[in-house]
Amino acid sequence: MAAVTTDHHIAQQRRRLLNQAGITLLALIILTIFLMPLGYGLVTSLKSQSQASDSKAPIYPSETVKYTYQEEEYDVYEVPYEGGVGQWALVDKGRSESEFIDTANPDAGLIPWTGNWRALSQVRILNIQWDNYPRAWEAIHFLRLLGNTLMYAFVTMAGTLITSSFAAYGFSRFRFPLKNVLFIILISTIILPPQATLVPTYAFYVKTMGWGGTWLPLIVPHLFGNAYNIFLLRQYFMTVPRELEEAATVDGAGPLRIFFSVILPQATPALTAVAMFHFFFAWNDFFGPLIYLAGNREASPITVGLTEFNGLYNTEPQLILAASVISMILPLTIFFLAQRVFIQGIVVTGVDK
Amino acid sequence: MDALNEIRSTASEPKIGFFEWFKMSKMRQREARWGLLFISPWLLGFLFLYLVPMIASLVFSTMEFTLSAPEDAKFIGLDNWRRMLFEDPNTWESLAVTFKFAIISLPIGMFSAFLLAVMLNSKHLVGRGLFRTLFYAPSLIPGIATILIWAQVLNSSTGWVNRLIELTGIHAVGSDGLRWLDDPNLVYIGYTFIGLWGIGNAMLINLAGLQGVPTELYEASEIDGAGWWSRLIKITVPMVSPVIFYNLILSVVGLLQYFITPFVLNQGNGYPEGATRFYMINFYKQAFSFQNMGYGSALAWLMFIIALGITVFLFVTGRYWIYYAGEKS
Repeated sequence: MAAVTTDHHIAQQRRRLLNQAGITLLALIILTIFLMPLGYGLVTSLKSQSQASDSKAPIYPSETVKYTYQEEEYDVYEVPYEGGVGQWALVDKGRSESEFIDTANPDAGLIPWTGNWRALSQVRILNIQWDNYPRAWEAIHFLRLLGNTLMYAFVTMAGTLITSSFAAYGFSRFRFPLKNVLFIILISTIILPPQATLVPTYAFYVKTMGWGGTWLPLIVPHLFGNAYNIFLLRQYFMTVPRELEEAATVDGAGPLRIFFSVILPQATPALTAVAMFHFFFAWNDFFGPLIYLAGNREASPITVGLTEFNGLYNTEPQLILAASVISMILPLTIFFLAQRVFIQGIVVTGVDK
Repeated sequence: MDALNEIRSTASEPKIGFFEWFKMSKMRQREARWGLLFISPWLLGFLFLYLVPMIASLVFSTMEFTLSAPEDAKFIGLDNWRRMLFEDPNTWESLAVTFKFAIISLPIGMFSAFLLAVMLNSKHLVGRGLFRTLFYAPSLIPGIATILIWAQVLNSSTGWVNRLIELTGIHAVGSDGLRWLDDPNLVYIGYTFIGLWGIGNAMLINLAGLQGVPTELYEASEIDGAGWWSRLIKITVPMVSPVIFYNLILSVVGLLQYFITPFVLNQGNGYPEGATRFYMINFYKQAFSFQNMGYGSALAWLMFIIALGITVFLFVTGRYWIYYAGEKS
């Protein structure tokens, strides 16, 4: 009897191991394909311009080898001959017969070789163009773009954190007329297409206020809070025990004092999540800056700068990729450092901007 | 768990009507005043950034009004609407483009997000935390960078996608190969690929839904001898249907506003052969390139009506396929 259970146990364990190996392997394969473009971006951003646009070049960043013979530069090919494969420099090109110099033994002089030299592959050596990064950084004026983006991100972050937590506290703790209606309206604005309000606000900011080409039309709306953030913070505030506030009330604290000294300190994780969401939103915001800054280069954020760069440098794909990689470093770093808070926040709201 | 469920539960809560105010005690009035004070910044924002502009947009749509010559603005009744619906072929063509793309991209995106979540939820997966992080990470790569990288990966001669396909023996590389972004028959699939890096949020929401399914259900069905597939279809999918519904609404509304990819890749010129002249591109041209506030407003309102129509349709039909635990069907 005991032997049977052990056998059964072993069979079960083997099946579990097999399942684990199968699913983990599948996940690895899918992940590799999923992240493949990132690998492509990194690798290609380190290539030379000629290699980046050459469809036959190898995958790794490399350059073709030249050989100087009698003060002339020649391309070096992998040439098969009776004794193996040699690295020979092509001196005289012919249709069916060409003449080479053996780079290992140039004193042997010109070697005739029968065959089509076009079918040979060139000798390449690893050559990483680290230089693409400083070049892209300079060409795109990354520091200026970064300054604009960070200014936008932090000013509006402060605005939306203050106003959204105010509103979230109002919705989570107080009873007032039409509260449910207002709350449903609040959530509905999450799925309202922003275009519905865009044209008149645009006309107002640009024509009435004369704010075209400045950041003001992009900053002001965030001072009135944001539905996603209010919702997320409200959900969190609801979980703060009421006893804490009651104790503060007994001590004579008013709602404002309670908000600042009881609720906010308790809600640090939620506030952090909102701050992060907002940061990513601001870092990615494209349509607003596109229409309001209207080509004011000095004020451009990274997104708009990158788009213009793509138009101007389309013959240098490796620089475009280098600039793209530069633009993702900060958001990815923040994510890897604070992923727990971040993922929790998405699960609570079910959305992110 | 998510915002839409909250609408359902809020709507069924006892309400405090507007006129209740006068029946309230002094203390309740004080409470109400504080509550309104706290939400007042948002309320002001709602009035002046949502309500007033929406009405203004409707008014604009009845006017001929260009921003370059605002003094010439005049009331023209429903002329913009008539032109938009009956005379301007761009309206329907751009809507058709948008829907064609949605029909391809929406199922692929939603299925991928769901299946990835199922995989990442598997108890057999070793290193789940790390996998979740890595599958989510591309969602945080700035959208523009994503587009620029994918555009090159999908390049017909130098991109890795075609080089990989070529390895399997199918001819893909070169100008007679698979031209993902240049062939009107392939461009929607190419754009869908680009969108796959953005499914992280949908994936996480699905994952949260999957984690909410009580394990007893699986255990019971395992005893009944149900296989992996039938458990997925009979237990998992119904149990997470509210989450799928939520993702569906967000995707549809998002797809109606599809703009950045065609704009970044070809400045919104519709390349190839007008296949990427999406509705938002058309709207952007009218409202911001031509500064045509009247006609732009009409286009914006039409989009709002379509989005609202689809959302209402989904909510109404949702009753028949969404399973809400703890409610009678």
